[in-house]
Amino acid sequence: MSGNDLIELGIAIIILIGTIFGFLSAVGFIRLPDIYNRAHAISKTSTLSVLFVLIGTFLYFLILERYFSIKLFLGIFFVFLTSPVSAHVILRAAYYSNVELAEENVQDDLKDYVMSAANEQK
Amino acid sequence: MIKWILFCSLFFLLLTVTAIMYRLVKGPTAPERVQALDALSTNIIAGVAIFSVLLRNTAFFELILLIGILSFIGTIAFGKFIERGVIIERK
Repeated sequence: MSGNDLIELGIAIIILIGTIFGFLSAVGFIRLPDIYNRAHAISKTSTLSVLFVLIGTFLYFLILERYFSIKLFLGIFFVFLTSPVSAHVILRAAYYSNVELAEENVQDDLKDYVMSAANEQK
Repeated sequence: MIKWILFCSLFFLLLTVTAIMYRLVKGPTAPERVQALDALSTNIIAGVAIFSVLLRNTAFFELILLIGILSFIGTIAFGKFIERGVIIERK
């Protein structure tokens, strides 16, 4: 087994680990009780999984083909930057459109804050 | 060897997309479906990257950047629509 084969195997294992993380995040997305928990599972872990896959692809073309792709680099940077932001926007929209929290939930600090801000506006 | 590992990771990706499609169909509220669409496009990016390794082809990298940008814009537009009722506000 030559060096290039070992590097190829390592990169394939990085990609496999990334997709397994994505599968675990999808299991969390099905099984957790309310939208906030589900978005917690899917946004963090699927960002991590796609970063593993894209970094594996980047290293594959960098090491084995001697091809530095600035487009793929920008894609990694952009996915890393925008995926948590879009999850934040969706969850804020969900909270302000009165989506209920799970019944197991014991504390809701944002509710008091929103109520006091609404009272100040009146 | 590497080919079979990549096929295995494509299989896991298929399971992920199936689970997200289940939540997209069943999910009780609208923000949940938008979140599912966002996660779906993130996983499609991973699928495109795996296929570009499998085919040893560098022609799909624009596609990764493009899907990332389009899914971000779409998710922000949906979020603003759910929160305010309009996407572009008038003075």
